[in-house]
Amino acid sequence: MRSVIDILDLSVEEIDQLIAVADDIIANPAKYREACKYKTLATLFFEPSTRTRLSFEAAMLSLGGNVLGFSDAASSSAKKGESVADTVSVVSGYADIIAMRHPKEGAPLVASMKSLIPIINAGDGGHFHPSQTLTDLLTIRHEKGRFEGLTVGLCGDLKFGRTVHSLIEAMSRYTGVKFVLISPDELKLPDFVRKTFIEDKGLACQQVTSLEAVMPQLDILYMTRVQGERFFNEEDYLRLRDTYILTPEKLKLAKDDMIIMHPLPRVNEIDTRVDDDPRACYFRQAHYGKFIRMALILKLLEVEV
Amino acid sequence: MRIDSIKNGIVIDHIPAGKAMQLYNMLGLDALECPVAVLKNVYSYKLGKKDIIKIDSDKEFDMDLISFVCPRATVCIIRDEKVVEKKQISLPQTITDILTCKNPRCITTTEQGIHQIFRLTSPETGEYRCIYCDTQAK
Repeated sequence: MRSVIDILDLSVEEIDQLIAVADDIIANPAKYREACKYKTLATLFFEPSTRTRLSFEAAMLSLGGNVLGFSDAASSSAKKGESVADTVSVVSGYADIIAMRHPKEGAPLVASMKSLIPIINAGDGGHFHPSQTLTDLLTIRHEKGRFEGLTVGLCGDLKFGRTVHSLIEAMSRYTGVKFVLISPDELKLPDFVRKTFIEDKGLACQQVTSLEAVMPQLDILYMTRVQGERFFNEEDYLRLRDTYILTPEKLKLAKDDMIIMHPLPRVNEIDTRVDDDPRACYFRQAHYGKFIRMALILKLLEVEV
Repeated sequence: MRIDSIKNGIVIDHIPAGKAMQLYNMLGLDALECPVAVLKNVYSYKLGKKDIIKIDSDKEFDMDLISFVCPRATVCIIRDEKVVEKKQISLPQTITDILTCKNPRCITTTEQGIHQIFRLTSPETGEYRCIYCDTQAK
């Protein structure tokens, strides 16, 4: 029984296999229509989410399985003070696999220590979000055709942006990747992540505050939202949230084949006029999420099709 | 008990000067009934000054805790007044329930009944991080 808490729980080879299965699902959806018949996914979302929860539920339903769960802590026993361990111990008896989101960092790891069934970390605070990273990797493979040698610009909240941390971890395993970290000083990538996954691996890295200055060199621009829910101080959030807004004017500086990614939801960091640009692939990215989650569920449930 | 000789027990040697009482408290030595000697600021050829703790007891002690507090200490096991084993300890890979995570967003701040576990992330600098949230130990 395996859980996926951190993207590094999966080897590069396993990620390649998941991408291959996702590609096969895209090409032959009917083949997988009953792959998880009589299996149940529990979505335990202690923090609000739209696309991640729906993506997991759509994935399980597309595999012929069932879903149950809750979508915020207020509608669960967590409100009564129940521990994560107790919740998971109970739900282990009702489902075959759990996707969990929790505002506290490390909650899915605690869950995996108590659970009798596989746990997928669907986001824990500002820490990790491995299923989003798998989505990002499938998107990059489809849109750019490779991982090696790409210059990846990460822009916005790099401090609390869990999707950013997981994506850096994952991309740091491919050769020749260069990271360009674009953020205000207050939202810089944590030193530990930069040192462990970039510097210690000898990968190139540039840390800047101006998006325009580095735009021409990027193969991928990964935009992120400044997340109000991660701030203890409302004033800091209001001051920082509009630091970067991607507009068609700024995009004139970018390569013709650069792709723009975003884990969504977007607030105002990407001008809606950018949506029609062929380089904008964030809605395609969201759609890829369902297919890679289908592949992940199949793997963790050890279902072969 | 003579300070320079114990029958059955352990001697923790090469403790950095001034750290013996911290280790004494963390090991809970005040609760022991057996003879315990704490020597402070003893001359050391290697360190200049060092502390030593001698415990005249067969009780087993948490080596991870000793090596975390004093990573360059030496632990001698004494049987019948003879040194039967000399351990040059090194930093443990994980330490459990010695430190608490200071990250307010960490699950350990709210979840009851889980162990506080830190893993060694940099043997060169002795850096430990929480296994749940990756926050550096302080």
